[in-house]
Amino acid sequence: MNWQRAAIATAAAVPLVALFAYGMTRDPREIPSPLPGRAAPDFALEVIRAGDEPSTGGLQPGDTLRSSELRGQVVVLNFWASWCLACRDEHEVLSAAARTYADRGVRFAGVLYNDRPAAGLEWIAQMGGQSYPAVLDPRSRTAIDFGLYGVPETFIIGPDGVVAYKHIGPVTTPVLTDQIERILPPIAAAP
Amino acid sequence: MRVAWWVVVGFLGFSVGEIPYSGPLLHAQIAATTDSALEARVRAVASELRCPVCQGESIQDSPATLAQEMRTVVREQLAAGRTPEEVKKYFSDKYGEWILLRPRPRGWNMIVYVLPVVALLLGALVVMRVTRRWARPEESGSVSAQHVDTTTPS
Repeated sequence: MNWQRAAIATAAAVPLVALFAYGMTRDPREIPSPLPGRAAPDFALEVIRAGDEPSTGGLQPGDTLRSSELRGQVVVLNFWASWCLACRDEHEVLSAAARTYADRGVRFAGVLYNDRPAAGLEWIAQMGGQSYPAVLDPRSRTAIDFGLYGVPETFIIGPDGVVAYKHIGPVTTPVLTDQIERILPPIAAAP
Repeated sequence: MRVAWWVVVGFLGFSVGEIPYSGPLLHAQIAATTDSALEARVRAVASELRCPVCQGESIQDSPATLAQEMRTVVREQLAAGRTPEEVKKYFSDKYGEWILLRPRPRGWNMIVYVLPVVALLLGALVVMRVTRRWARPEESGSVSAQHVDTTTPS
């Protein structure tokens, strides 16, 4: 038995196997976004459906949701589509959170991504309504500006207009609550 | 003969008649060449950007809707006078350096460029050593060569 040769082969193979093993634990689709910590891109999106409660939107169909008018408020921007299965899982979470935070000045909006407006509206009706306004993003310009590579994706923008958090995949109540509370101004947080 | 003459006259008349139209025609030709130049630049930039919804495909090659929209963004920005570098920076600001199919040669990215060369050199070294070892017994008739000779059925 050639011990030296075996030792060399092992020394060469172990780091390689370790590297591949590490690679197996990583999801190649989870790409770190450079957006958090940076100013959120400007947007002006047409509203196709107001929120079910006036307190959670104040916008009517045909109005434009502008980033410039949202300064000073925490904004939760959710990209979704009627063809997106994972969007069904998070829909009630978002709708409930929008209701909870309505009186604390947190604005929610659902951006329809790569979909027909009619299909989006039908989907909302199927899901039993939506407490926050739905807006259109023709030609995915805002989606590209936000570095979107799939739905659902949720962005939380601080009162200063800086992206505070980006969530890939269906969002959960604990994550949403934690991230909103983290940046919600303390004055607004006082009961 | 007379027919030939009329053909010539007809040709002349036709070309004279064409003259007033040559202006817009030229314009159209120039527009077409600048368009194709722009398209070539769009293709060059688009083939260096990764399609976010595909597996290892550029936005130039992908038929995905998002890739098509991204190509339109590339075209618009180039037409507006941005340089290819500026357009690529716009996308890497949004998507991170991941979006660049050819990573910038700096920092840890250098591994991608250096490692294949190092691996190739190491491989060449191994091949050289092994072939030299194979060649040596024939010349010197060493113990291992004799051992091989005795085991091989002849």
